[in-house]
Amino acid sequence: MTDNLRVKSSKFIDETYKISFKFNNKTYYGYKGDTLASALLANNIHLIGRSFKYHRPRGIMTAGSEEPNAIVQLHKNTSRTEPNVRATEIEIYEGLEASSQNCWPSVNFDIGGINNFLSPVLPAGFYYKTFMWPASFWEKYEYFIRKSAGLGKSPTEPDPDIYEHKYIHCDVLVIGAGISGIIAAKTSAKNGFKTLLVDEKPYLGGSTIYQNSEHFKINNQISSSWLEKEINEIRKIDNLEIKTRTSVAAFHGYNFLLARESLTDHLPLHQRDGKVRHKLLKIRAKKVISATGSLERPLIFDNNDRPGILLSSAIEKYSNLFGVACGQKNVLFTNNDSAYETAISLFNKGIDIKAIIDNREEVDSKLVKEIEKNNIKIFKGYTIVDTFGYKRINKISIMQLSKDGQKVVGSKISIDCDCLGMSGGWTPAVHLFTQSGGKLKFRDDDQVFIPDIYPSDQISIGSCNGDFTLEEILTNISKTLKNFLNIKKTEYENLEVQSHFNKTKRNIWLLPTNKVIGKTKPFVDYQNDATAKDIKLALREGFRSIEHVKRYTTTGMGTDQGKLGNMHALGIISETAGSKMGELGTTTFRPPYTPLTFGTIVGRNVGEYFDIFRKTAIHDWHVENKAQFENVGQWKRAWFYPKENENMHDAVQRESKAARDSAGILDASTLGKIDIQGTDASEFLNRVYTNAWSKLAIGKCRYGLMLNEDGMVYDDGVTTRLDENHYIMTTTTGGAATVLGKLEDYLQTEWPELDVYLTSVTDHYATISVCGPNSKKIISKVIPNLDLSDEKFPHMSFKNTKIGKIKCRVMRISFTGEQSYEINVQANYGKSVWNKCMEEGKEFNITPYGTETMHLLRAEKGFIIVGQDTDATMTPIDLQMDWIVSKKKYDFIGKRSLYRSDTIRDDRKQLIGLVTENPKEVLEEGAQIVLDASKSPVEMLGHVTSSYYSPNLEKSIALGVVKGGKNMMGQKLIIPMENKQINVTVTDPVFLDKENKRLNA
Amino acid sequence: MFLIHCPYCGEREQSEFKAGGEAHIVRPKQPTELSDDQWAEYLFMRKNIKGVQFERWVHTHGCRKWFNMVRDTSNDEIKAIYKMGEKPPTKY
Repeated sequence: MTDNLRVKSSKFIDETYKISFKFNNKTYYGYKGDTLASALLANNIHLIGRSFKYHRPRGIMTAGSEEPNAIVQLHKNTSRTEPNVRATEIEIYEGLEASSQNCWPSVNFDIGGINNFLSPVLPAGFYYKTFMWPASFWEKYEYFIRKSAGLGKSPTEPDPDIYEHKYIHCDVLVIGAGISGIIAAKTSAKNGFKTLLVDEKPYLGGSTIYQNSEHFKINNQISSSWLEKEINEIRKIDNLEIKTRTSVAAFHGYNFLLARESLTDHLPLHQRDGKVRHKLLKIRAKKVISATGSLERPLIFDNNDRPGILLSSAIEKYSNLFGVACGQKNVLFTNNDSAYETAISLFNKGIDIKAIIDNREEVDSKLVKEIEKNNIKIFKGYTIVDTFGYKRINKISIMQLSKDGQKVVGSKISIDCDCLGMSGGWTPAVHLFTQSGGKLKFRDDDQVFIPDIYPSDQISIGSCNGDFTLEEILTNISKTLKNFLNIKKTEYENLEVQSHFNKTKRNIWLLPTNKVIGKTKPFVDYQNDATAKDIKLALREGFRSIEHVKRYTTTGMGTDQGKLGNMHALGIISETAGSKMGELGTTTFRPPYTPLTFGTIVGRNVGEYFDIFRKTAIHDWHVENKAQFENVGQWKRAWFYPKENENMHDAVQRESKAARDSAGILDASTLGKIDIQGTDASEFLNRVYTNAWSKLAIGKCRYGLMLNEDGMVYDDGVTTRLDENHYIMTTTTGGAATVLGKLEDYLQTEWPELDVYLTSVTDHYATISVCGPNSKKIISKVIPNLDLSDEKFPHMSFKNTKIGKIKCRVMRISFTGEQSYEINVQANYGKSVWNKCMEEGKEFNITPYGTETMHLLRAEKGFIIVGQDTDATMTPIDLQMDWIVSKKKYDFIGKRSLYRSDTIRDDRKQLIGLVTENPKEVLEEGAQIVLDASKSPVEMLGHVTSSYYSPNLEKSIALGVVKGGKNMMGQKLIIPMENKQINVTVTDPVFLDKENKRLNA
Repeated sequence: MFLIHCPYCGEREQSEFKAGGEAHIVRPKQPTELSDDQWAEYLFMRKNIKGVQFERWVHTHGCRKWFNMVRDTSNDEIKAIYKMGEKPPTKY
């Protein structure tokens, strides 16, 4: 440690606890209590990174979460590395490694720095203007732009840390533990409200806690001592929970807030294992008190961005809280009294102040007088016109302001310095308030936006409400809290406050200089390198809306969301365009207030917990038998069962052949099942399905097609009449929940007179489907006492029976065209019944098949799959399923839409079969279908929806939808592929067993 | 995220509910007697008001019951909630 700028021991820093850390590969030391920024400053390091566009050297500007420049990359480990960490927030710990961002090869020598000298040709909107033409060059430009864009590097491996979500319900949430927040939390808790107090910093007390000045007293005690006692008291209150290192990220409607509690980021690496890193708190508060404080404004002058230029309040915080001097030759530049607080604080610690530059001509508050008394030079009515020093400020030039503040007069004076503090007054931190939907009003006196209309039960207090002085805060807070909490009195009604702060301010948004504006760089947005010049250019080019100017110049769009410079941008727009600040409005502050990692957002929902998945009762058997799985909705369905050396195609061909040659078995448990009961059940089915249901005999099954009110096919499935007033409906696997929802909707809202009750029983039953010519023999072995003769148990009927003691429903229904039986048993018997079927089917080579084979088998029969062969634009008529649409029924859902002018067009896309000229050639699903590929533009007639090689027909088959396809039987069409054209012929969609002989074979 | 007072279950978080579009659009009793235009009016035309709007909601992850809501879409204030079949409030 060559430079040591620790000036005085601070009670917030533990100098007995030394911590080593690395910055840009070099080892440094700091103490427990330091942030990375304070530790670097103690080592006299200001240069942290390079700016985004011009790659200008940048340093630490602030001491908090509003930091635009001192953002670093943490760690090198590819899974734990983290970009854009604010050096001003991260607390140092043993093993911390940080490096500069946005510079190559190093922060001291950065090739991109050339952009700084090219800046005259890099104005606002440069990228939009330049790279737009010729359009074909964009791909080339993009490569270089992407390479040089972006701050920091994201991790390339999964995040190894643990994150959690937690719900918190409280009566009162207090955001911010400064003096206002502490008073509010204590008052609330003491009045019996369950209270939560959160603050983003590791300590309580905000900026008052390190305010150690005789000029600010409460009840004759120095304000920090007074507050310390309050803090000690609130720690003892039972119904008050305090969370530090907890940053509120979002304030949504209805007092729902998200906050990130950081639990391990300040610990040495070896103490973090197995611990939760961040908790995302989902807070629902009956009342919210925002005490989020205010942010000091920078001043906008030429070259106001050099390392060594900080906010004046940050310099004060570094010296008071961390015991660090930011420089040895300090200059302060201000338009209000705040900088004098800093000056007194530095002076008391023996830190040298070269001069104070004050915009104001007449200043005579007690603070100013004290500075003058100590012979510190004050330049009243002056402004800085330029600064010097590339990697660290070393000199400033100042000039006198004209009376109207519009220009500078007289001659330049130079002052040497190594640190410059600027104070442009204060901006209330209203970000969370506006996120919640709150409306702001503009206060002309001191040019600030403050909360006006509250959208929920909340209030803003302290400086975020525009009360900047200790006097204002303490005078207003009691009254506000009494009203808001509906209480009679508080402990804070007769405080004796001594505050020597004078509120006068001389607000000049863009300070004048002796140069023309085109030759200067007064930065407004430090992170995105937007200058006052860019904003003026945007206005010249016709942009007026603040939202447009923001996007064109990128002002306020960085990771800091323009916390420092947004007000100045508004001010410059208002001055240049001649409009009133209050009428311009502000840009939207979007959540999160400070960035959140994705880990925090997803919490525990990673890996297998990312989404819920559902398993059937027979799932374990599929796993044991090497099934490959397919996701269908949330279900894991067996897709195919490869035997050794088989690929998917081989397995599916073998399974498909076995099912038609002898026997196949399918786990169909995932199909949606809805139990329908009530005296109007038949009438209800009549209304929701296209076909008629009243005459369906008890014990019989029927296939049904369900439409939306717009006439488009929505779902299909077989429904069985179990009893006079009792049906069980099956739906597609993916449609189960939405079908139930839709049926409930009609029942409750359109037809409440119907006596019908719906219950989802999908999970209650396991469904095992055995199909193929030998299925009857297998079932007769599984259920010997069941009469399986076609007379007693015909196709499309069901029987209640028992397998041993297990009650079951057997349905003789088929989705393959083969004779088949579906056994439904209580889910927990599913696996044993499946095993029984496998055992009894062994002699018939019973073959388990998955969803892929199921799809192939049904395609051979031309059965549709809703959602594959249909999208939301296919009517039953388009599907050539006219047979299922009742002509007699007066009404059903979607009926009227079937003869709208659009749905009766002949040239709608209609379902057809396709066979390829070369029977070995299998079409790609989704491929386009055309008649003539030579004429440009080629007319797209439709596309292939399902396509397979059929082992049973020994040829390629496909289903597709084609405009006017119904009347194109035998028509030759073309499927144009990347390197070839495939000739196909339109056929009937039923390829196998048109006479349905196999159902009763 | 709203807090919605389900008329059957009480106050619950919005994530348990689903919105179902404009309320009080009655399905025509005799659709077959309507012209294409009249049917299209029922089928497609919905209001999208900035301000007070009458909406259908369903407690999907709860009692599965549908109900009606009067909501100000400009600030998401829920002004009234009433059961299906009940008359919409005139004062809210």
